[in-house]
Amino acid sequence: MSNIEGKVWKFGDDIDTDAIIPARYLNTSDPKELAKYCMEDADAGFAAKVTAGDIIVAGKNFGCGSSREHAPIAIKAAGVACVIAPTFARIFYRNAFNTGLLILESAEAAAAIEEGHKVHVDPAAGTIKDLTAGQIFQARPVPEFMQRLLDDGGLMEHWRKRLAG
Amino acid sequence: MAQTITEKILAFHAGEREVEAGQLIEADVDIALANDVTAPIAIAEFEKLGVEKVFDNERVLLIPDHFTPNKDIKSAEQAKILREFAKQQDLKNYFEIGRVGIEHVLLPEQGLVLPGDLIIGADSHTCTYGALGAFATGVGSTDLAAAMATGKVWFKVPETIKVVYHGELPPWVEGKDLILHTIGLLKVDGALYQAIEMTGETVSSLPMYGRMSMANMAIEAGAKNGIIAPDEITLDYVRPRAQRDYTLFSSDPDANYCRTIDIDVSAIRPQVAYPPLPDKSRSVDQAAADNIAIDQVVIGSCTNGRIEDFRLAAKLLEGKKAAKFIRLLIIPGTQDVYRQMIKEGLTDIFLDAEALISPPTCGPCLGGHMGILAAGERAVATTNRNFVGRMGHPESEVYLSNPAVAAASAILGRIATPEEIV
Repeated sequence: MSNIEGKVWKFGDDIDTDAIIPARYLNTSDPKELAKYCMEDADAGFAAKVTAGDIIVAGKNFGCGSSREHAPIAIKAAGVACVIAPTFARIFYRNAFNTGLLILESAEAAAAIEEGHKVHVDPAAGTIKDLTAGQIFQARPVPEFMQRLLDDGGLMEHWRKRLAG
Repeated sequence: MAQTITEKILAFHAGEREVEAGQLIEADVDIALANDVTAPIAIAEFEKLGVEKVFDNERVLLIPDHFTPNKDIKSAEQAKILREFAKQQDLKNYFEIGRVGIEHVLLPEQGLVLPGDLIIGADSHTCTYGALGAFATGVGSTDLAAAMATGKVWFKVPETIKVVYHGELPPWVEGKDLILHTIGLLKVDGALYQAIEMTGETVSSLPMYGRMSMANMAIEAGAKNGIIAPDEITLDYVRPRAQRDYTLFSSDPDANYCRTIDIDVSAIRPQVAYPPLPDKSRSVDQAAADNIAIDQVVIGSCTNGRIEDFRLAAKLLEGKKAAKFIRLLIIPGTQDVYRQMIKEGLTDIFLDAEALISPPTCGPCLGGHMGILAAGERAVATTNRNFVGRMGHPESEVYLSNPAVAAASAILGRIATPEEIV
């Protein structure tokens, strides 16, 4: 998968899935519709200011709470290319890959990178470069099969393609 | 090799003699469930696979409980997707509104989830069934869709945290308080990716409804599953309900735990978790001293929507009324719980107390409908989450408690101890 370069939006610890996409918007599963309300209860203006290719850098336990897959779907549909955090809640972790949203674990990057910085991510190498601050962080590289899964847009699209051969 | 109950259930379903923490396995699922919020995505993903039929039409369960009775047109469209799929797939366990209840109250009650089962649900509180001695965990809609098609799911075998509860439960202290206290110790990510096994003499004498409150909130510490080994209390609950065979598992005495926590319950007071996280638990005495005025009280949910929870609330509300400007909502977990409330005269007590009795639904717990909060309003709820905006406006607040504290608070219009009423 290709590298990513984008502007950073910062969030704190324990950002829950209700903050990512409040239940008042769960009466639809249309990604475009969900994207309008992405992160609304953590930062009400987020959906309006985020631009395609931006990166979320957050604190520990990102995506805790509900199993709603609407959360990674909303983030991805809002244009966010990658989420970086020290840890992710378990269900969110699986849901992110399954819906084709790239996530990387790095406590050092999450602590050091500041809002507004330009960051370059190489998923295959697992490197996170803060271009504004001139720092490099190392996360676990995304394995090749997982890169393909992300490129295909998630688990089911990936399997559909593979099964179609 | 000595095994924990979680390892034994996972090994059994993976066709292995034993498994160890960290191992990746592919396991057979006994039950795969989804609700009206998560099933529409799961069904869409299932259809992408091009598989004609679900792996077993008795083991894929659809429970429209979150926004039902349909709260608006969009919700009605979502619920319709479940109904159409249930017809098309001839699903045995689809529950129309006259049969439905809050999924994690309904399925144990109906004997559809059993000891030794491996259960996945597209709902994070699927972990409730660990109270029966099952391995049960929440997954996303895509993982669920794959299991609906294949009957299989992959897991990393979790490490287990053992929590040993000892001592006699003080008055008004419930399973809910034990788990709020435990989450306060572990914090919201203290059991990330891990299992929480709840044991000890206190748990051994705890009734099933209290055990379900405990397992239900394992996810609030980030856990993959919460689990309690089945015993006579479990069997008394399961025997009259089970519609198929089940298997009892328990941990070996020398099984491996990543951490053991001892909790003396005799010193615990009823707990109140302050917003905006379930780990912000304090004693109810602290909360009462903080003189926290409230606007709404919700008694119900998959955490505390069982008949015993309502008996407890009724004990405080009998002959009393909710304070003038308090909106008191009683939400029975299922139609059977509702019927039992009527038989026992609890509905009269609640109506006399000027409570509103809602049909079974998740409703306000997740800010869906049936009791949404305005900006600046505060609720005491027997639910499981108090995140920002969980019950409505992002500037509203939710305090979590057991049903006795919630009932006392409704009467006094502020967070109160049960002793202030009884």
